[in-house]
Amino acid sequence: MIQIAVFAVIAAVAVIAGVFLVLTRNAVHSALFLVGVQLCLAVLFLLQGAFLVSVLQIMVYAGAIMVLFVFVVMLLGVDKKEALIEPLRWQRPIAAGLGLLLAAEAIYLALSQHIHVGSGGLQAGPHEGNVQAVARVLFTNWALPFEATSVLLVVAVVGVMVVARRKMV
Amino acid sequence: MRVPGAAYLIVSAILFTTGAVGVLVRRNVLVMFMCIELMLNAVNLSFVTLGRMMHALDGQVAVFFVLVVAAAEVVVGLAIIVAIFRRRASADADQINLLKW
Repeated sequence: MIQIAVFAVIAAVAVIAGVFLVLTRNAVHSALFLVGVQLCLAVLFLLQGAFLVSVLQIMVYAGAIMVLFVFVVMLLGVDKKEALIEPLRWQRPIAAGLGLLLAAEAIYLALSQHIHVGSGGLQAGPHEGNVQAVARVLFTNWALPFEATSVLLVVAVVGVMVVARRKMV
Repeated sequence: MRVPGAAYLIVSAILFTTGAVGVLVRRNVLVMFMCIELMLNAVNLSFVTLGRMMHALDGQVAVFFVLVVAAAEVVVGLAIIVAIFRRRASADADQINLLKW
């Protein structure tokens, strides 16, 4: 019962913060609403027993990535208003219509999914916590993709240094 | 009594739609980028939910990979935004038309 109450409150806060993220004019307020959404999602992960993912969500998303966002918002200036001239007049109504269509489709899919509950073979062992179980799957079945992410991160770091350098030396 | 998985999936669907509409509607490049992050987060929620419904841990591993890719994407994207801002002094997506003939 208390699980349902927590879910209802947190889900409502997440959706409201997500809507305000789009609606608010100030980029810093958008960043704060995004932090709110991510904290709510961390609680939703906790409710589902995904402890490792929940902590990673707070540390990586709400911590590192959002600090980067706020840093760049501050660097670029926060008082810039969006231009009021519309280059494409019909874009916003069409976008709202397409958004409603997408929401209808996604909710229909969420309600009509045919998942065989319990069909997955990988579960936590009898004396395993969530962290150990995820680590076992990650380092056995997904070991090669895990190693590939290190290449991705190195490429990203080198690319950022090339992009952010002021001029060719 | 546990919350049914479909409820989580609906929350995920609403958040994903909000992010998609935000990318289409907003002009500020940074806010558009934040909306993309919102979409990634919504997908993470559905990964975890579907993983729980199927009693499989692969969903949580997928969230881990999404997290890594999102971190790399944010770093590269923000560097590009800063580089554009240096040239054009604008964070408006409509002003970025250098490739237009």
